[in-house]
Amino acid sequence: MASPASEPTNVFTGGSQKAFASQLKRVYTFYTGGFILFVVALAILEQMGLPRRWIGYIFLLATVGLYAGIGVMTRTSDATEYYVAGRRVPALFNGMATGADWMSAASFIGMAGTLYLAGYGGLAFVLGWTGGYCLVALLLAPYLRKFGQFTIPDFLGARYGGNIPRFIGIIAAILCSFTYVVAQIYGVGIITTRLTGVPLELGVFLGLAGILVCSFLGGMRAVTWTQVAQYIILIIAYMIPVVWLAVKQTGVPIPELIYGQQLAKVTAREAELIKDPKELQVREIFKARAAEAATNLKDPTAAYTAGKTKLQAEVEKLKAENASPEQIAAATKAVTAYPPDESSAKTQWAKDAALAARAAPPLRHAEAFPGKDEEARDISRRNFLALVFCLMVGTAALPHILMRYYTTPSVRDARMSVFWSLFFIFLLYFTAPALAVLVKFTMYNNVVGSSFASLPQWVAAWSQVDPTLLSVVDVNKDGIVQLAEIAIGGDIVVLATPEIAGLPYVISGLVAAGGLAAALSTADGLLLTIANALSHDFYYKMLDPSASTARRVTISKVLLLVVALAAAWVASQKPANILFLVSAAFSFAAASFFPALVLGIFWKRANKWGATLGMLAGLGITAWYMVTTQPWLRGVFGVTSPIADHIWWGIQPISAGLWGVPLGFAVIIIVSLLTPKPDQATQDLVEHVRYPNLAGDTMKTLGT
Amino acid sequence: MQLTDKHREYWSKNLRITGILLVIWFLVTYVLCFFARELQFNFFGWPFAFYMAAQGSLIIYVIIIWYYARYMNKLDIQYDVHEGEED
Repeated sequence: MASPASEPTNVFTGGSQKAFASQLKRVYTFYTGGFILFVVALAILEQMGLPRRWIGYIFLLATVGLYAGIGVMTRTSDATEYYVAGRRVPALFNGMATGADWMSAASFIGMAGTLYLAGYGGLAFVLGWTGGYCLVALLLAPYLRKFGQFTIPDFLGARYGGNIPRFIGIIAAILCSFTYVVAQIYGVGIITTRLTGVPLELGVFLGLAGILVCSFLGGMRAVTWTQVAQYIILIIAYMIPVVWLAVKQTGVPIPELIYGQQLAKVTAREAELIKDPKELQVREIFKARAAEAATNLKDPTAAYTAGKTKLQAEVEKLKAENASPEQIAAATKAVTAYPPDESSAKTQWAKDAALAARAAPPLRHAEAFPGKDEEARDISRRNFLALVFCLMVGTAALPHILMRYYTTPSVRDARMSVFWSLFFIFLLYFTAPALAVLVKFTMYNNVVGSSFASLPQWVAAWSQVDPTLLSVVDVNKDGIVQLAEIAIGGDIVVLATPEIAGLPYVISGLVAAGGLAAALSTADGLLLTIANALSHDFYYKMLDPSASTARRVTISKVLLLVVALAAAWVASQKPANILFLVSAAFSFAAASFFPALVLGIFWKRANKWGATLGMLAGLGITAWYMVTTQPWLRGVFGVTSPIADHIWWGIQPISAGLWGVPLGFAVIIIVSLLTPKPDQATQDLVEHVRYPNLAGDTMKTLGT
Repeated sequence: MQLTDKHREYWSKNLRITGILLVIWFLVTYVLCFFARELQFNFFGWPFAFYMAAQGSLIIYVIIIWYYARYMNKLDIQYDVHEGEED
């Protein structure tokens, strides 16, 4: 394809496909070597006394500058380049780009933390977010590549003939992607804040600039080549601290192979800690506090007045008894420390009531589906399987991932590319459970049982940085740390690993840069999905089919900017339920896209009305289940009837797609059978996508 | 366009391998997890169910996708529905 004069010729334009692939390999090998040298150079500078803050700044500027450089080098206004990277991304590189696109801040920073906190239960995410690629590989990617347009709504529009299925596709794509991109920008903001110390609101907009430099100028082409660069950074950043920690604990540098023995030690330690008398004592204290707060909350007005009167009476009593000035001062202090009004007292009690959770014995890491009785275990197992199902089907239906398989040169490459995608994702996902166990081992053996006077240095440092991530308080005043006295936020597991492993600060900076790469790459892919749905599907296909290519690309760029600003604005409001919304995106994607896409390929009889009503029914029931059972959404929509009335089969709202997916399939099948079958052209299209190359096929696939 | 018997055979072979691999995927994911509480025997130091959910199943997923890509890329050539050589 001839590039307009304004577009640069460089490594990303290349000649023949083979030469292009080997050139890319060379460039990215040099790049990886260069990045490692850069980290080594920073480590040497650190030894020579470079302050920590500077290391943070250098990492931020160097990596974002690098992404911006790639963005500028790959700028384009050609539609095929802008929407699908010219359809010439080799399978291996598309795999890396998909890996970065897929792994968000939640995977990079949150995953190991979830596994630490939830043990076996957290493995639902590991299974769901990898097993979904089997569905992508077997049911979708090769066929979508053969179809060879630009977006997922494109397929719905072409296969189901018309703008109605396309329009529902647009709405569903935006619904899933927008909540997700808000979470990514929020993550970018948090990491920027950590690296540089600017306020979160500013961090969000700084991060936004980082996202835009990658995607604005070059669309999918720029995003692809930055995502490859980002994958390399994030995987290096994830592996170094884990490998080092494994060497320190076991002497073997392959954590995935040897953490079984650490898990056995953790399990043995759990058994001790569960019945340790000191642990029991701390848990009793929490239980009592929680119970008291719960009583107070039943009648807060009376409890507030009673509590205050009691403290004041104490002061009076001490004064009347001529007690020592210290005693009186202490009692007076208690009066001033008492919450100034009822509402702040209520907040305090609500916090105390939540301590009930800490009164529970520690979870057994390797135990599947814990529960107090057979029924509870059964519900736990059901929810685990339902969550795995929703995450898998959702993975196979998220438009920003499926879109990536349009960018390979052929169907053959698309198939191989899914393999590489999962391989690169797998590298991180099968390391995360090892990391969780290694950190737990350190926590149970080196922190628990140490004295408060000599806490490990990283514990003191992190509890000062952010008490929500780690706080250790001597609840029973024995001077020794009990496990129950440690409150921990999941993110600490990845963030503190370099320090736990005794690595220099430069590695902590590297981990933050890795998290930043993960969040930026995902945000780029998502923003592009939304902007393309609006510009290509809505504007070009539905409003103005005569628009010129240049105009379409320009509109896409403008929309990208608008969507990015909107998402950054929402992120700067610090939405409280962001995590729930992200998980909800999987259920929505699963229920809306998966049945229509799969039946569109495998069942010729599926028609317009079946698909339209099926997508609506899937989306509808998923939304309805969430709105009636998820506490925050119930509040938003004013649902007051008891949750128990709406819960089916004990399934949590996060897995609402469990109802949406089968209903979507059922409605498409039933309605399609009741209405006329699709016309010959549509049936030919189905044949067209099923065969990589069909003799006598008049339909043209783009880019082959 | 007219499909030949050869084309239909290609498609049914595709459906067969897809079906077989999906059954393996289903067994590894749902059946194994369903019996996770029962499958607690020691497997190279891990409880078996934990190992499978944390690593074993993932390895099988990667192999499933690799095998499918290889099988289908060969089948394309065998049934003469493969794409032209790279440009």
